[in-house]
Amino acid sequence: MSNDLDFEGWTCPMPLRDTPQVVMGHGGGGAMSAELVENLFLPAFAAASPGELGDSAVLPRPAGRLAFSTDSYVVKPMFFPGGCIGDLAVNGTVNDLAMSGAVPLYLSTGFIVAEGTEMADLGRIATAMGKAAEAAGVQLVTGDTKVVDHGSGDGVYVNTAGIGVVPDGVHIGPTRARPGDVVLVSGDIGVHGVAVMSVREGLEFGTGVRSDSAPLHGLVADLLASGADVHVLRDPTRGGLSASLCEIASASGVGIEVVERDVPVPAEVKDACGLLGLDPWQVANEGKLVAIVPAEHADVALAALRAHPFGLGAVRIGTVVEDHPRMVVARTGLGGTRVIDLPIGEQLPRIC
Amino acid sequence: MKYLDEFSDPDLAKRLLDRIHAVTTRPWALMEVCGGQTHSIIRHGIDQLLPDGVEMIHGPGCPVCVTPLETIDRALAIAERPDVIFCSFGDMLRVPGSDRDLFTIKSRGGDVRVVYSPLDAVQLAVENPDKQVVFFGIGFETTAPANAMTVHQARRLGLTNFSLLVSHVLVPPAMSAIMESPTCRVQAFLAAGHVCSVMGTEEYPPLAEKYGVPIVVTGFEPLDILEGIRKTIVQLEEGRHELENAYERAVPAAGNPAAQAMLEDVFTVTDRTWRGIGRIPGSGWRLADKYADFDAELRFQVTDIVTEESPLCRSGEVLQGLIKPHECAAFGKECTPRNPLGATMVSSEGACAAYYAYRRLELTTR
Repeated sequence: MSNDLDFEGWTCPMPLRDTPQVVMGHGGGGAMSAELVENLFLPAFAAASPGELGDSAVLPRPAGRLAFSTDSYVVKPMFFPGGCIGDLAVNGTVNDLAMSGAVPLYLSTGFIVAEGTEMADLGRIATAMGKAAEAAGVQLVTGDTKVVDHGSGDGVYVNTAGIGVVPDGVHIGPTRARPGDVVLVSGDIGVHGVAVMSVREGLEFGTGVRSDSAPLHGLVADLLASGADVHVLRDPTRGGLSASLCEIASASGVGIEVVERDVPVPAEVKDACGLLGLDPWQVANEGKLVAIVPAEHADVALAALRAHPFGLGAVRIGTVVEDHPRMVVARTGLGGTRVIDLPIGEQLPRIC
Repeated sequence: MKYLDEFSDPDLAKRLLDRIHAVTTRPWALMEVCGGQTHSIIRHGIDQLLPDGVEMIHGPGCPVCVTPLETIDRALAIAERPDVIFCSFGDMLRVPGSDRDLFTIKSRGGDVRVVYSPLDAVQLAVENPDKQVVFFGIGFETTAPANAMTVHQARRLGLTNFSLLVSHVLVPPAMSAIMESPTCRVQAFLAAGHVCSVMGTEEYPPLAEKYGVPIVVTGFEPLDILEGIRKTIVQLEEGRHELENAYERAVPAAGNPAAQAMLEDVFTVTDRTWRGIGRIPGSGWRLADKYADFDAELRFQVTDIVTEESPLCRSGEVLQGLIKPHECAAFGKECTPRNPLGATMVSSEGACAAYYAYRRLELTTR
């Protein structure tokens, strides 16, 4: 991006320099709000934004079926190894669209900012969003900012909604898994969650793990172009691989059998989860997908995934079965079996 | 990670299993004491691979599960006070008290925080001099030294806004209580490895002698557990009943003398009620009199809380190894991890939760 702002040194144009923290007035809809848009958001979004400031974005109607998705981002801390809440908010919604096979086109951006938030932090987040949108080839076409009282929020929350177009002939959905299908995953799991936890207050631990936050629509496009009849796609974010598999088994009314030792968990993720008493299969991912394809298409699908930079570590991890409908079962390394469950809420670290 | 991957090796596990099958000539009932071992056994499906008739009875060694309801209610009463920052290990937050849990208190504005190290709570007390910081000090001998250290440090720092809600329990008296129960079926123990890494192994030969049971100090990874089971069965088959250590890489016979000195200084042995089991004499620790200033029960005057358990919950029988979790009528029906009636369904180390999480396949298809 040609007009990168130096938010580390904060050389933003006047008059934001006079208010190094966000104050209530920045969300008031008056001159201060306008300055924030003018001096922070527009330069940060840069090439990814048409820069028009009407009440709504007016967009050409694309041909084909629309995919529409929304997601809110409240990750804490806002900055973590490998990314921040800004690029996460873009990639997350891009990926939600991509999981229906859609080509993402437009995103909206909604910010809820707690007063007192460092203006430089907001700038870094907005810049990360602009860069992520540019990299993903999507436009940030409309936006909104509200400021809430100190104590009512915590730093910056971001909502993005996205619109994409589903190519003709593509029918991907959570109910389409069939017995005999195979389960693929596009690479190492548990990476994003461990990266965030490694810098969470009160929990800091040294690790080389960086978030895998990435837009996956290119990977999906390559997978579809391979000719594989993709039945289901899912990005295993909150709840991790376990939640995605349980949701697919439940929605399709099938059983899923996973071979534990085939699931790619990097050593550093395994170590961190071992120390914290967490299950890597339940830890969030932000740049991985689970694909369910007919067995006869497994090889061509894997080859397509592995040929893309975001799918280099793609492997087969399991099979869709008729037995135990709506239940996911793992075959353990020792040869036993265990049921994989939907996590209840947040994972709770064990006492000892 | 060193000591994780090596001790999960499937080929070595297969060899150990073959040796277990080779030495076993008849049925045996073994109890693994610690909840961490229960979790590992069920997670890896180890019990499914043992010879027919070798039964693992899941012991009372999950600290979350045996913490009495009264103590949970005291914690809730303290945590809801506006002047308190209540700190706890994560898996205590969902343990049901009489009518709510710590998550509920948190959602209603209570300042409840998960900490990973008890000393983080002391640091919070330093940083928040206008708040009372309370740490929920539960667990076996394993967690006790770090909890004792909080009080030791709080005194050294002159903190008047830190206190400990103590509900520590001790393993050897519980093993005695199990052996003295008239319905006891346990023929041998896998002793809790990490408890022994603190306390050493000297407490166990008298128990092995008195009750005529083999006791094998055992670790937590699959190979550790299989080796513990193998040594135990060899003793049973040979008619021996001795203490053996199958976890020597973590457990010296003397344990950890520095930790023991800290425990000796800060705590005093007391009678404790175990949730689902009842009162066991001399089975816990309370703060020593000289540290009474740091006792949250006294500071917040919550000693008079009395409670009643759900009449449906049979966790006491589960904790004593009298029934398997799924033999309770409420298992998976009224009682699930999402709506637990008893603490054995809450913690991932609780036998009921482990069965629910990993064993529904067999239980629903049998």
